Amino acid sequence: MSPMRRKLLRDLLRLWPQALAIALVMAAGVATFVLAVGAHASLEQTRSAYYERQRFADVFARVVRAPDSLGPEIAAIPGVAAVETRIAALALLDLPDMIEPASAMMLSLPDHGEALLNVPVLRQGRAPTPGSDREAMVSEPFAAAHGYGLGSTFEAILDGRKRELAIVGIALSPEFVYTVGPGDLMPDDRRFGIVWMSRRALAGAFDLRGAFSEVSVRLRRGASEPAVIDRLDALLEPFGGEGAYGRDDQASHAFLDAELMQLRAMSRILPPIFLLVSALLVNMTLARLVTLEREQIGLLKALGYSGFAIGSHYVEFAGLIALVGVAIGALAGTWLGIGLTTLYGDFFRFPFLLFQKDPQTYLAAAAVTLVAAGVGAARAAAQVAALAPAVAMVPPAPARYKTGLFDRAVALAQLSTTAVMAARSLVRRPLRTAGAVVGAALSVAILVGSLWTFGSVEFMIDVTFNRAERQDATVTFVRERPVAAAREIGRLPGVIAFEPYRAIPVKLRNGTRERRVAIMGVVEGAELSRVLDERLAPIDPPENGLAVSAALARALDLRRGEMVEVELLGGRRHTQVMPVSEVIEGYLGLTANMRLEAANALMGEGALVSGAHILLDPAHDEAFFAAVKDIPAARFVALQRVALQKFRDTLASNIIIMISVYVALAVIIAFGVIYNFARISLSEQGRELASLRVLGFTPAETSGILFVEIGVVTALAQPLGWALGYGFAAMLAQGFESELYRVPLIVGPEVYAWASLVAIGATLVSALVVRRRIDRLDLIAVLKTRE
Amino acid sequence: MEERAEETRPLIRTSGLTKVYNSGDLAVHALRGVDFEARAGEFVVMLGPSGSGKSTFLNIVGGLDRATSGETIFAGRDIATMSDRELTLYRRDHVGFVFQFYNLAPSLTARENVALVTEIAHDPMRPEEALEIVGLGPRMNHFPAQLSGGEQQRVAIARAIAKRPEVLLCDEPTGALDSRTGILVLEALAQVNRDFGATTLVITHNVAIGDIADRVVTFGDGRIVADRRNAVRKQPQEVSW
Ligand SMILES: Nc1ncnc2c1ncn2[C@@H]1O[C@H](COP(=O)(O)OP(=O)(O)OP(=O)(O)O)[C@@H](O)[C@H]1O
Ligand SMILES: [Mg+2]
Repeated sequence: MSPMRRKLLRDLLRLWPQALAIALVMAAGVATFVLAVGAHASLEQTRSAYYERQRFADVFARVVRAPDSLGPEIAAIPGVAAVETRIAALALLDLPDMIEPASAMMLSLPDHGEALLNVPVLRQGRAPTPGSDREAMVSEPFAAAHGYGLGSTFEAILDGRKRELAIVGIALSPEFVYTVGPGDLMPDDRRFGIVWMSRRALAGAFDLRGAFSEVSVRLRRGASEPAVIDRLDALLEPFGGEGAYGRDDQASHAFLDAELMQLRAMSRILPPIFLLVSALLVNMTLARLVTLEREQIGLLKALGYSGFAIGSHYVEFAGLIALVGVAIGALAGTWLGIGLTTLYGDFFRFPFLLFQKDPQTYLAAAAVTLVAAGVGAARAAAQVAALAPAVAMVPPAPARYKTGLFDRAVALAQLSTTAVMAARSLVRRPLRTAGAVVGAALSVAILVGSLWTFGSVEFMIDVTFNRAERQDATVTFVRERPVAAAREIGRLPGVIAFEPYRAIPVKLRNGTRERRVAIMGVVEGAELSRVLDERLAPIDPPENGLAVSAALARALDLRRGEMVEVELLGGRRHTQVMPVSEVIEGYLGLTANMRLEAANALMGEGALVSGAHILLDPAHDEAFFAAVKDIPAARFVALQRVALQKFRDTLASNIIIMISVYVALAVIIAFGVIYNFARISLSEQGRELASLRVLGFTPAETSGILFVEIGVVTALAQPLGWALGYGFAAMLAQGFESELYRVPLIVGPEVYAWASLVAIGATLVSALVVRRRIDRLDLIAVLKTRE
Repeated sequence: MEERAEETRPLIRTSGLTKVYNSGDLAVHALRGVDFEARAGEFVVMLGPSGSGKSTFLNIVGGLDRATSGETIFAGRDIATMSDRELTLYRRDHVGFVFQFYNLAPSLTARENVALVTEIAHDPMRPEEALEIVGLGPRMNHFPAQLSGGEQQRVAIARAIAKRPEVLLCDEPTGALDSRTGILVLEALAQVNRDFGATTLVITHNVAIGDIADRVVTFGDGRIVADRRNAVRKQPQEVSW
């Protein structure tokens, strides 16, 4: 081994705690990168492989009742590669093992041959026998949630008639990777499942012989989706087409997209922070090392080593640290990635989901980390290269302190002399001090930038469930009913109050922008499902025109008072232009509201309602659940409170995981930054501090000087960290925002307080670790040597 | 000698002091049983070849290091039995140190360097006063880097005396200085010894300096090999080297 190499390794061994602290910061960067990029790749690749294998469709359309003969016509649309028609309908279930009503999406399987599109993956058993109106195949998570196996039976209310079904198969489907029941927020596999049955059986049950109610289309490569959608809509329109849509509007696909977007946001924000901090740390540490080794450098140069050779020695030093960091980070990232993928298994139902260990991800992480280390080392290396041997061999000129403004300020402040020492040490190395402040601030920022989400979600829940959607349940009818049907619901046991509503599927259009939404017709003076204005105060929907959510207004580029084109998708299809009279708040989905009467006038079918929101007497909700299952008109029942509880439970377990990860990351930064800062400061002032001990300063008083420095750095870091953290929060909020949900950017004081508490805690620990070195300072050694 | 011993009782007394350094498998006997006494106000110069144990002795007396065996009595108390905390307080309240390399804080002005000590001492003089005594009043706002070696050493002396110590321990205070500057430093030490009555122990390699002391103690191989009393004390200006 060359002597330079040996020196390198010896330096690393000697400085191992500092090197390790830096390596850990790098590791955190690598880990978050591997985690986010790896999880992203895993999800994306698994999804696309799954889609490909199971022939997931590109375009979907629901229709009231279209004749089978329409199938070939759809297949003839240019750009269409494959078509599959089927029967799809929601049905209430009556399950022996639960009191609350559950519902299922009933889907038909072709009686002749295999499914062409959206092919379910059979996990157990077999597909239902063609024609059997008793055999069913159910989705795996639903079966698992109820402990059903092959042969289990349950009851379904198909078009008003209760039937007993027997499970013959258990399957997964690319259409339902993420399954949220109608009106729910989070997947609840107990209350919502997928049930496949023979086409003939379902056609009989739903009175759709020779007809279909849903069509899926797979496009040819390069085909235009909007063009196909237009043609498909035109074909389906006479039969009650509800408007075709692409994958972007397919719920499961869109939720996966939202998750992918979050991972992308995470991979763009977190790793760069760690890289920045590690570059700062490398810079600080090497600058000190070069100062300490000045004479050695001069000697080496005098011996004939080139500036480049010695300079690259320091770059190598940083490079070795980076390699350690990459190794630790790659392991941690893989471990976290496997953990996250397992966590995903709770929401995303793939037949297989493995954490992708793509070597390219690791190589990229290693490369950027090495670059960050190199950037951090560049200044030190350049200094080394530029140092003339003659200059290097003499000790550096003593630091020149001059009386300036700062000293006058110090005099005015009447600081103790030890505080003056601390202050001068900070001011004398402004770059290092600034680096430490920025580093510590970033640790606070990471915490602010992650912890805020929890308060924000709570706020979203409060607004959504306590101010807007205050009902306990929403009953949706199989098809629109006269208002009297809602009153019937109101008379069910346990119902304290009810409010009918009308949902109208529409396409809203402004120029080239268009979105599929359901306009909600709501009653005046609503007490359960309320419309909130942008200040979150309940309002009545406008007498004329639409109240659209801010997110929808943004998606369509609409402002209050502008006109929007409303294309009705169900029933009598026509298009009407309407003013946007109100922009309202809403965090979930894209929403548009109008008055119930106006909605009915728009449809022109008389006073009809789609369902009713219900307030339940908690003492009698079981009676309600029992009764609602026997109401033939009810198609499904959303249970907002149950959903909320489920949402909270899921959130709570995720919160603990997320908080621990983010706290660990922030602690690594805070510890790494402060530890290095303190060690460097100690290395510079070790002699003075030992002299103080000789003069009769206690260990506590001596460490006090270093603690004052750390304290000042930490204090300066807090407000900066808060500001940066707010910035991260804003970036994340933006990165997370999708049309499915929006996270309000609310960063409460408790977020800042917690962030600072954690960061200061980590700082204290590193300060105490360094203090132990001060306690063990060799007093006599410093007396024997000249500085 | 007998006579004067009755006048003042010893402020510092060591008996059977030994110090063994165990570096690796080799035991270095730095002190091999030192019996020593110094009365209050005495000015003692310590000579001896390099490695004879002078610094080791001074560090033990000053509470910076612990002896392997033997006792070190200061004002009736054995400092060997003191806890670390008590040793720190002993240094803080009773001992002034002056070292060959000054050991000033480069980031503090002369006045602030002295103030470091006066802020924690019992009944200190003002930093300005201490600097006046060593003739550096006009330079008190200068940083060490702006002072000559001799001036820096005088700041160190001012720092050592500002607490009005009972003992002033100086390890080669003139070692890094030329003779003219060295004399200025010795004058300052002599003056402090005279005016404040601090018991002063000065290590030097310069035999001539012995003439300004009450007593000259010579170390050799970890023991005191000679202890002689000067009939007359010379003034620092009178010696030269
Ligand atoms: N930390 C240590 N470890 C091992 N041996 C030591 C240590 N400190 C001092 N010694 C040894 O103790 C002996 C006495 O050292 P000391 O420093 O007291 O000598 P000194 O008389 O002050 O010499 P000098 O005039 O050169 O300063 C020497 O042999 C020295 O090598
Ligand atoms: Mg010595």
